[in-house]
Amino acid sequence: MTEPLLQIKGLSVDFRTDDGVVHAVTDVSLAVQPGEIVAIVGESGSGKTVTAMSVLRLLPKAAEVSADAIAFRGTDLRTLSAARLRAIRGGPVGMIFQDPMTALNPVMTIGGQVAEAVLLHQRRPDRKAAWRRAVELLGLVGVPDPAERVKQYPHEFSGGMRQRAMIAMAIANDPDLIIADEPTTALDVTIQAQVLALLRKAQAETGAATILITHDLGVVAELADRVVVMYAGRVVESAGVRELFAVPRHPYTKGLLASLPRMDLDVDQLDPIPGNPPNMAAPPAGCPFHPRCPLARDRCRTELPPLLEIGVGRSSACHFHDELAVTA
Amino acid sequence: MTTTTLAAAPAGRSPTAAALRRFRKHPAAVVSVLFIALVVLAAIFARPLSGHDPNAIDLLSARTGPSGDHLLGTDSTGRDVLSRLLFAGRISLGVGIASAVIAVVVGTLLGSIAGLLGGWVDGLVMRLADVFMSFPSLVVIVVVAGILGPSVLTMVIAIGLFQWPVCGRIVRGVTLSLREQEFVLASRATGAGPLWLMRKHIIPAALPPVSVVATLAVAQAIALEATLSFLGLGVQPPASSWGNMLTDAQSLTVIRSEPWLWLSPGIAVALTVLAVNFVGDGLRDAVDPRSAS
Repeated sequence: MTEPLLQIKGLSVDFRTDDGVVHAVTDVSLAVQPGEIVAIVGESGSGKTVTAMSVLRLLPKAAEVSADAIAFRGTDLRTLSAARLRAIRGGPVGMIFQDPMTALNPVMTIGGQVAEAVLLHQRRPDRKAAWRRAVELLGLVGVPDPAERVKQYPHEFSGGMRQRAMIAMAIANDPDLIIADEPTTALDVTIQAQVLALLRKAQAETGAATILITHDLGVVAELADRVVVMYAGRVVESAGVRELFAVPRHPYTKGLLASLPRMDLDVDQLDPIPGNPPNMAAPPAGCPFHPRCPLARDRCRTELPPLLEIGVGRSSACHFHDELAVTA
Repeated sequence: MTTTTLAAAPAGRSPTAAALRRFRKHPAAVVSVLFIALVVLAAIFARPLSGHDPNAIDLLSARTGPSGDHLLGTDSTGRDVLSRLLFAGRISLGVGIASAVIAVVVGTLLGSIAGLLGGWVDGLVMRLADVFMSFPSLVVIVVVAGILGPSVLTMVIAIGLFQWPVCGRIVRGVTLSLREQEFVLASRATGAGPLWLMRKHIIPAALPPVSVVATLAVAQAIALEATLSFLGLGVQPPASSWGNMLTDAQSLTVIRSEPWLWLSPGIAVALTVLAVNFVGDGLRDAVDPRSAS
């Protein structure tokens, strides 16, 4: 195995709030290989966005981040100077945000914003060249008539077109890593498929590794090579996409898959996971999933299961992952 | 100043063009813009328009009423009132605009730095603003003018420094609300630093409310200049300003028997300040569609 492009080890993020300390992310480790698409899956509040944002140190000041390592191509991002970090943001690491309605400045032209991404990373800023590149990028991401639309404002763009513009910004400087935070969540279902196809195309053309944050297992199946499942701020399972969908080795993953509508199986009823995710200011003792887990026993209520390697490129944080391997 | 930014806006569906459309629906503001343009032109072409040297003393024709030769009459030393009025317009508008520019520049810089950096910097800037706002500005300016000696430059700086907090607070407010916007986060994620954010996202967003404040600051500064010059602490004779022209005309006999001496500068100040305020009101409605009636 080559040296990972991005290496996160032992990442924890706490937020101090009036209700006490919220442990948004606890002891998360993650490695992304060059060119690989890694999906981070989990419910809202499971810490997937916080994990991704901490890579580029984009969390608000209130966040207390600690990690044994956050390294991009061997560069330690935790201690990097602000100026050098800015060179990485939008340069070798591009980011796509969830809501293209709010992630674009409403009073700036689309071209101005795409050109901004180019301009910020030019050694000698050249507005005209940046603008030409913006037109080229918009054409690349499938915005029709880019030379004209580049002058328009975000409100003149549809949601899907805006997300295309966001993708254009993210790939503006030929990144090695794209972090896509719920890139299709805010879009219509019909548009989602187009944007996914575009993401795949962008990924294929730039050869960039991608961290895909989503709660949509359909998106995962469509795009990802590897899946990291998060629950309550921890990684509970990590596996290749085929293995994960075939034999989930954590009851939470299994529950997620069971709650998904399937075309290939004849099921009358979807099986939702009962209960709600835990309050992160006061997580339950033992395994955080035990209050909702069908396999839960006494041991789960007291003892936190560590994330253990259970096969080649597979790990699970369940005391009883063996039973899942048998039952499935 | 504000008229030029509006005129420079590209035609089309840009927010600026939309604001310009709303502005045109304000008859008082549109008339005021024309009036101010007229005042500015008159001040620029003061000499050819008046045909007289504003400081030429002609004791033989002192205290004459309006006539063909002196359209607005002459003062106690025979100087042409129209000529003095037009030249005074240069000073009044100049002082008004210059001190508003100082107020806006200082206010925008301090306000955006305070909002962007937060913490103790924010606290320091805002307390400073409180100090400036809680002082009776006229008294302080009188004292400063007394210490440094009255001059146009001191007056401009003093007026400007007392007006920055209004602009500073607005820019800080805009910055604080923008800082939490996702597009600012997205811009940071593409590598933007604080200076870039200020230039590209915050100052353009703050520009509409700031242009309103700036206009109103011009009006205030013109009135304040007239007050200070009237008190003898602003523009010094023989240079004329609307304020010191009123000083020359404050005796009871003049008020009663030579009304052209005080009517013209008085009306000039009143109409100009009123017009600038109308423009400010029009701008406020134009940049904030919710406030339009």
